Amino acid sequence: MHHQDSTRRQFLGLAGGAAVLGAVPIVTLRPAEATPAMLATAIRNVVGEAEVRTGKVKLDVPPLVENGNTVPLTVSVASPMTSRDYVKSIHIFNEKNPQPNIGNFHLGPHAGRAQVSTRIRLADSQKVVAIARLSDDSFWSASVDVVVTLAACTEEVI
Amino acid sequence: MPSALINVPAKARRGDIVEIKTLMSHIMETGYRHLASGEAVPRDIITSFSCRYNDTEIFRADLYPAIAANPFITFFTTATESGTFEFEWIGDNGFSETASASITVE
Amino acid sequence: MRLAWIIAFVLLVAAAAGAAEISQTERRSGYSFMGPDTKAMQDDDTANPGMLWVLDGEKLWNRKVGTADKACADCHSDARASMKGVAAHYPAFDKALGRPVDLEQRINLCRTNHQQASPLPYESRDLLALTAFVAQQSRGAAIENGDPQLDPFVAKGRELFMQRQGQLNLGCTNCHDDNWDKRLAGSPITQAHPTGYPLYRLEWQSLGSLQRRLRACITGIRAQAYDYGAPELVELELYLMSRARGMAMETPAVRP
Repeated sequence: MHHQDSTRRQFLGLAGGAAVLGAVPIVTLRPAEATPAMLATAIRNVVGEAEVRTGKVKLDVPPLVENGNTVPLTVSVASPMTSRDYVKSIHIFNEKNPQPNIGNFHLGPHAGRAQVSTRIRLADSQKVVAIARLSDDSFWSASVDVVVTLAACTEEVI
Repeated sequence: MPSALINVPAKARRGDIVEIKTLMSHIMETGYRHLASGEAVPRDIITSFSCRYNDTEIFRADLYPAIAANPFITFFTTATESGTFEFEWIGDNGFSETASASITVE
Repeated sequence: MRLAWIIAFVLLVAAAAGAAEISQTERRSGYSFMGPDTKAMQDDDTANPGMLWVLDGEKLWNRKVGTADKACADCHSDARASMKGVAAHYPAFDKALGRPVDLEQRINLCRTNHQQASPLPYESRDLLALTAFVAQQSRGAAIENGDPQLDPFVAKGRELFMQRQGQLNLGCTNCHDDNWDKRLAGSPITQAHPTGYPLYRLEWQSLGSLQRRLRACITGIRAQAYDYGAPELVELELYLMSRARGMAMETPAVRP
């Protein structure tokens, strides 16, 4: 991962040299160091000391993404979605972006189906984790390992 | 002039589970990008999205910089009665947009 | 640095093969090189981010501007009828200027000549929205450009496409005629047919024009990109559209 980062920076630096001729500001990516510990803390902020079991949750993310800027994601939870047994919320996390949170989605029994789709950003190849909170306050999770390649030709932005 | 693209079925039968698709125009600037000078480009994202169905909130999302630009969010709800869906997006720098769509439930 | 080695290797392979135009039967839109999720994004108008610009463009089409206080609609009425198929034969020859203009330039010419409004800057949201709205009316139409007045400009565009340039000494043809479907740093090299412009590029997280894409490619091979609106870019656009004749327009496309 670090080697890829420095390659991209070197490339952008060279491209920046060319861009200076046109006096266009270059935007470079220098993310803060994200760690698996941040992921664990973010998860703990949601679940507290409760146990998180695997199961019930299905996380659909392409294993190899076309572009890390826009990654389609669908998360669904197997649940009857009745007033006594439903999904309260779904929380999505990542491992290596500058920040561990991606989104929290709050549902209710009237949702009919506990399924949400969105598009996310992934800065690097990493794990994406989805945790669902059910009406009985139990937590269930699923995770996916996603491979993210950088675009071949970057360009100056702004 | 931000545009929102909403897709809600115009008609449904009572009890049907319908999918609602939303797309809102927004740069979702992460706050982690930097100019060559070293200054950070300040964060500018939508932080919250909600949907009310005949005045009852049926869905809410907290969004972070990891949500891609032009946020696309889809979710489901049970069609209970005819009426209106009201959508609201709130974000940094006082961003506030609304949209609505109607449904006829028979 | 690794990228430079990959490109150098591709270059070596390209030198072995001759630079030949892609045969009609082998032509494929950039759409066919994408994964199923990205294709799905393009196929669904309710999920295609490019449609946000099309919607904006529709509003702008009906808005009165300039000292003439006219909207596009005042002369062209319903774009669905009047603009149908138009984008499929752009760039088009402009008699007054004696050279081809692309759709963005045509819109700006209309603004200055007929609406008495100032031209919109390249890549501005309004110009992209109007261009997307107009071009979307050609979705499904076959690209055509048989105007003989354009021939000398198509030839110039072809020269620009073939010539080696930049620090990597590459011509567009080396990748897009000789090495399409091979990979460049993980992404497939397409045949470079501009069937979907202006399009939503995931890398940009925005809709952008063909000129923006060309400038990015030229910068990518470490050459100095032509300025927006330069005749070279219009000639390249014209050659690319001529190379893609018969293929269907897809605006607004989605591409990685």
